[in-house]
Amino acid sequence: MTTRDWLLDDSPASRWQANVGRAYRVFTALLRNPLSVLGGVIILLLILTALFAPWIAPYSPTGQSLGERLLPPSEAHWMGTDELGRDIFSRVIWGSQITLTIVGLVALISAPLGLLIGAIAGYFGGWTDRVLMGVTDIFLSMPKLILALAFVAALGPGINNAIIAIAITSWPAYARIARAETLTIRNAEFIAAVRLQGANPVRVIVQHILPLCTSSMIIRVTLDMAGVILTAAGLGFIGLGAQPPLPEWGAMISRGRTFILDQWWVATMPGFAIIIVSLGFCFLGDGLRDVLDPKSEGK
Amino acid sequence: MSAIELKNLDISYGDSKVVHGINLAIAEGESFALVGESGSGKSTILRAIAGLAPDWTGEIAVLGKARSHGVERGVARQVQMVFQDPYGSLHPRKTVDSVLSEPLAINGIGNRGERVEAMLTAVGLDHRFRFRFPHQLSGGQRQRVAIARALMLEPKVLLLDEPTSALDVSVQAEILNLLKRLRREQGLTYLLVTHNLPVVSFLCDRLAVMRQGRVVEVADVEQLKQGRLVEPYSQELLAATVA
Amino acid sequence: MAPLLNVENLRVSFPTHRGRVEVVKGISFALGRERLGIVGESGSGKSMTGRSILKLIRKPGLVTADRMEFDGIDLGAQSERQMRDFRGARISMVMQDPKFSLNPVMTVGEQIAEALVTHERLGRREVQQRILDMLAAVRINDPERVARLYPHEVSGGMGQRIMIAMMLIPGPELLIADEPTSALDVSVQAQVLDIIDDLVRTKGMGLILISHDLNLVSRYCDRILVMNGGRIVEECAAGQLSQAQHPYTRGLLAAMPTINEQRAELPVLDRTQWAGT
Repeated sequence: MTTRDWLLDDSPASRWQANVGRAYRVFTALLRNPLSVLGGVIILLLILTALFAPWIAPYSPTGQSLGERLLPPSEAHWMGTDELGRDIFSRVIWGSQITLTIVGLVALISAPLGLLIGAIAGYFGGWTDRVLMGVTDIFLSMPKLILALAFVAALGPGINNAIIAIAITSWPAYARIARAETLTIRNAEFIAAVRLQGANPVRVIVQHILPLCTSSMIIRVTLDMAGVILTAAGLGFIGLGAQPPLPEWGAMISRGRTFILDQWWVATMPGFAIIIVSLGFCFLGDGLRDVLDPKSEGK
Repeated sequence: MSAIELKNLDISYGDSKVVHGINLAIAEGESFALVGESGSGKSTILRAIAGLAPDWTGEIAVLGKARSHGVERGVARQVQMVFQDPYGSLHPRKTVDSVLSEPLAINGIGNRGERVEAMLTAVGLDHRFRFRFPHQLSGGQRQRVAIARALMLEPKVLLLDEPTSALDVSVQAEILNLLKRLRREQGLTYLLVTHNLPVVSFLCDRLAVMRQGRVVEVADVEQLKQGRLVEPYSQELLAATVA
Repeated sequence: MAPLLNVENLRVSFPTHRGRVEVVKGISFALGRERLGIVGESGSGKSMTGRSILKLIRKPGLVTADRMEFDGIDLGAQSERQMRDFRGARISMVMQDPKFSLNPVMTVGEQIAEALVTHERLGRREVQQRILDMLAAVRINDPERVARLYPHEVSGGMGQRIMIAMMLIPGPELLIADEPTSALDVSVQAQVLDIIDDLVRTKGMGLILISHDLNLVSRYCDRILVMNGGRIVEECAAGQLSQAQHPYTRGLLAAMPTINEQRAELPVLDRTQWAGT
């Protein structure tokens, strides 16, 4: 029996095999969509780049060399150098670490928070729902970047505060989705059945409702990642995100702005990086939406 | 002692009262049917006994103990319910194994693997199905899983809400046979809700005919078999089935 | 008399990840101005048969037939536009659940009027009169009031009668009823079927009644086709159903509990024997 047979077995022999088999089916379905494969490859490259940045980058990201200021792209400096003579390629490579950290932490903070708040509001209803959704609506009614700006201004500039600010501004959207999903699941007979078996609300929400909300959440988070990267870059651009000399892509564009007409590469190269990574997340998110949609399951 | 006793039971949904003044006593080991058309309130009574329709007045006693209005942990091991729709009553992301282990985990019962295997055998499901997801099962197999889930806590009373009406005739026969055998083997009490009188004739000892939230008539199943139901409305229902 | 509908070697298939799967595997039948019942369990292909006659099977589903003629016209050769003239006007279909078949934002009267004027040019007063007559024909007591109601304001049985009125008002020659009463209560079922039966007889239409319920079909049809796994396994006159030959039909009949049930156990079909897939 090959591994593939084992994965696609109609009668798995253990819970582990059943779950791995399901994941494998999702994965193969994802592979059938060329755009989502492209998205996945981009994200994979981003992760690899971030992990191996010290070995990939030919120069130090912060080492200045004033004699080599603002050189155009060449064999020695693939993306040219900036106003302090730093190699832009090396800075973009190191910057991937910052981007990945921002994206990862924002997802880790805001998605579970939104999921939990939405599920609690949807499951209990009544006053709990009104209070929680009231708070959510207040956050939703303010523009994301402005709100993030306000938070960073209050907390002080810096990459950590930028992450916290973005996370705080992005959970309400997830709470809304989770609540809508919970409302449709709440009255399902399989939920009534576990309640009849004596399960307490915590168990019902965590074990039975949340697993059904997660797929739409994963899709939404992936699609939102592009927005998160742009917000982080925006904060960096204004000077409230990562502080120099950190090679954050938004901050790099901001500095290159001064020379955009004569030395176009300084602002453009990190711009490309932002566009490519954002697109990668969008493609992957679109593919995941087709694959993970519970309605398409089992077909 | 009665398995289920209902006294002056009124049930409301929101502002409207859907069940009026029900008085019924179902003996232990009995199989009792509530029959009537949609909207007659028969399913609502089941949900109130289970604790899923908390807005009622009157008395509900299960195995001699008065029941509170919500879902109770203590009642879980005495009363369980099987739902109508085999497609909506199983969690789409959980394998048969986790569906059947869950009640054991909730109630802190050990030896789960063996119990699950034993129950699969009892409801006539091959052990190959243990780690399948619901979408890999047919309607009849799903309903077997739902019955197995209800029996995992070894309850005395089973509430059956139209357990076969979504199934094909031949599958219905299998499930009805299964329910009959399980009742005999485990000494269960059934309260069955259905609109299908032949099913009552096969599976039940007594029946109550309901209309617009009220019990019209309580009869022995022999009366049903011989067409000797008393009330005109019961006769009407019977005529619609037989004709 | 030439048959109203003639179907030969009808096949319907759908693609799956294991290749194309046929759900209807080459069935043939002819229908005069009579009442034909098609019975089978879920997955037997009975609904697909009904839909393929009206060419309602969407891509990637594929319908092929050696012959599919309605009143001498080859349905297979008709374009989608030509089919639209057939649907409703000459062949009508009643579906299972009126809740999903009626438009929620139009009154009952408007919907019936639309069904009528799509196929015929009539004056307003005449349209109104035809609607009221039709509603009366499906035994709605107060047609003028009901015509002004919205679908959510009527009961399931009434909704299904309105559907029937809508389907029959252009005067079709063939009515296909796919599980027309399985969403309804038993007592209402009989009423609705009696109405269909009455109208089919008086107007001399053909009827294809598709159902999973053997008793119901044998009561309202002249002839019965029993389908299993995409094939017709038995064809018999409705009255002779109790003498059915095929083990599948006999199994189905035996598996149904009766009102005076004395058997301790119901006989169960041995699926392996006729498993079509």
